[in-house]
Amino acid sequence: MNIAITLTVNGVVRQAEVPGRRLLSDCLRHDLGLTGTHVGCEHGVCGCCTVLLDGEPVRSCLTFAVTVDGHDITTVEGLAAPGGAMSPVQRAFAECHGLQCGFCTPGFLCTVTALLRDNPAPSEEEVLEGISGNLCRCTGYQNIVKSVHRAAEIMAEES
Amino acid sequence: MKPPPFDYHAPRSVGEALETLAGAGEHGKVLAGGQSLIPMLNMRLAAPGHLVDINRLTELDTLDVEPGGVRVGALARHARVERSEEVAAAQPLLCQALRLVAHPVIRNRGTVVGSLVHADPAAELPAVLALLGGSVRLARPGAVRDVPAAGFFTGLLESAAEPGELAVSAFFPLLPPRSGTAFREVARRHGDYALAGVAALVGLDDDLRITAARVACVSVGPAPVLVDVTEACGHRPPASADWASAARAVQERTAPEADIHATADYRRHLTGVLAQQALRDAAREALDA
Ligand SMILES: Cc1cc2nc3c(=O)[nH]c(=O)nc-3n(C[C@H](O)[C@H](O)[C@H](O)COP(=O)(O)OP(=O)(O)OC[C@H]3O[C@@H](n4cnc5c(N)ncnc54)[C@H](O)[C@@H]3O)c2cc1C
Ligand code: FES
Ligand code: FES
Repeated sequence: MNIAITLTVNGVVRQAEVPGRRLLSDCLRHDLGLTGTHVGCEHGVCGCCTVLLDGEPVRSCLTFAVTVDGHDITTVEGLAAPGGAMSPVQRAFAECHGLQCGFCTPGFLCTVTALLRDNPAPSEEEVLEGISGNLCRCTGYQNIVKSVHRAAEIMAEES
Repeated sequence: MKPPPFDYHAPRSVGEALETLAGAGEHGKVLAGGQSLIPMLNMRLAAPGHLVDINRLTELDTLDVEPGGVRVGALARHARVERSEEVAAAQPLLCQALRLVAHPVIRNRGTVVGSLVHADPAAELPAVLALLGGSVRLARPGAVRDVPAAGFFTGLLESAAEPGELAVSAFFPLLPPRSGTAFREVARRHGDYALAGVAALVGLDDDLRITAARVACVSVGPAPVLVDVTEACGHRPPASADWASAARAVQERTAPEADIHATADYRRHLTGVLAQQALRDAAREALDA
């Protein structure tokens, strides 16, 4: 039996009819066509499915779409400004080579966006703790850490 | 992988949730934060017929510092409890332990009560509840019971919560005066379940001698292993306490198993080292208290 749900995704009201077992990650990708959210492990370990639920980063692979009926979701597609200009976090990742293949990137971008909103000038340790739940098989993390600090700098310069 | 199909229920009140759970009986499961249950569904290790989602029950999203302790409602997420300054002041061990539970993003969804009911032998919060002598409040239509920690963790991933019961809150008692706590663990990667971990509590008398010392160990048995080491420490001030013999007493009480992550011997070794460190830390806190 399908259940009708309404989500506000990246500011747009979206409707879908999904079975109870539909993971939010699959709802976003298959029902709503937003394939920016990636799926790696489906048990909460890799972090590449991380999206913002009412502003807080959560694993979309460990959330049922029906549970978040009526809530607000931001995916990587929603991070850029309405005209398409990349957000400070996105620019910093591009500038510092914070990605190679890009598979992990949507999860890092969502996680870091929330991290810097709550803590605009994180210490090295706070950055490491903040991204500790996201795995990257390419970069070796050094440039991701640099990207986070650079994003904080850009945000400070532009505020 | 994807979860197997189930009937989904989204009750709007605790009363409705209890009725639904009672109706589903053995085939029902509660969905709280989903941070343990959904991985198990995705891996097809669980296949409940009915899932009762409590995420809309805002009446369970409570966190109260009461005169005797901290009461955590079933919908209070790890992150909320961890960030509460009131809780940190009243029961610091809860916050010390929560910082070791998974990653911040998992803590945004996972619930304290869900973690207790899930009763993973490697989880931190069951050890905290056991060490402090807390309890879990379980409800079914027309009946509520409080189960003390000593009787709550009944085995590997098994708790006293019966089919049809909803855990509505957990209670973490405050510390007696002149006491301190600490949590120490070793994990392969930051945020992973621990290979071994020890929560410790040390209490002092007016002459600052040790009158109570106990630990709760994770990952060395099917449930948290609680060991009273007051005798082994000797009735002495912390500076001259026999921590090494306390650590040996702890090791003697643990029966860890080997798995892909660590041998049984290594786990026992770690438990001894961590017990000493945690007891020393707790004693230092008690002296400062
Ligand atoms: C990558 C990863 C790493 C993790 N690392 C750790 C770690 O290091 N330490 C740790 O302790 N935990 C860890 N966890 C687990 C996490 O803490 C979970 O949040 C917690 O164990 C379960 O809480 P939940 O609210 O998500 O429960 P759920 O997943 O919703 O439920 C878990 C079980 O408890 C039952 N249940 C839940 N709430 C109730 C209730 N109110 N009444 C009756 N039954 C109920 C469910 O039916 C289910 O059987 C990790 C999880 C992930 C994904
Ligand atoms: S796909 Fe969700 S954490 Fe890996
Ligand atoms: S850039 Fe390839 S996994 Fe991170």
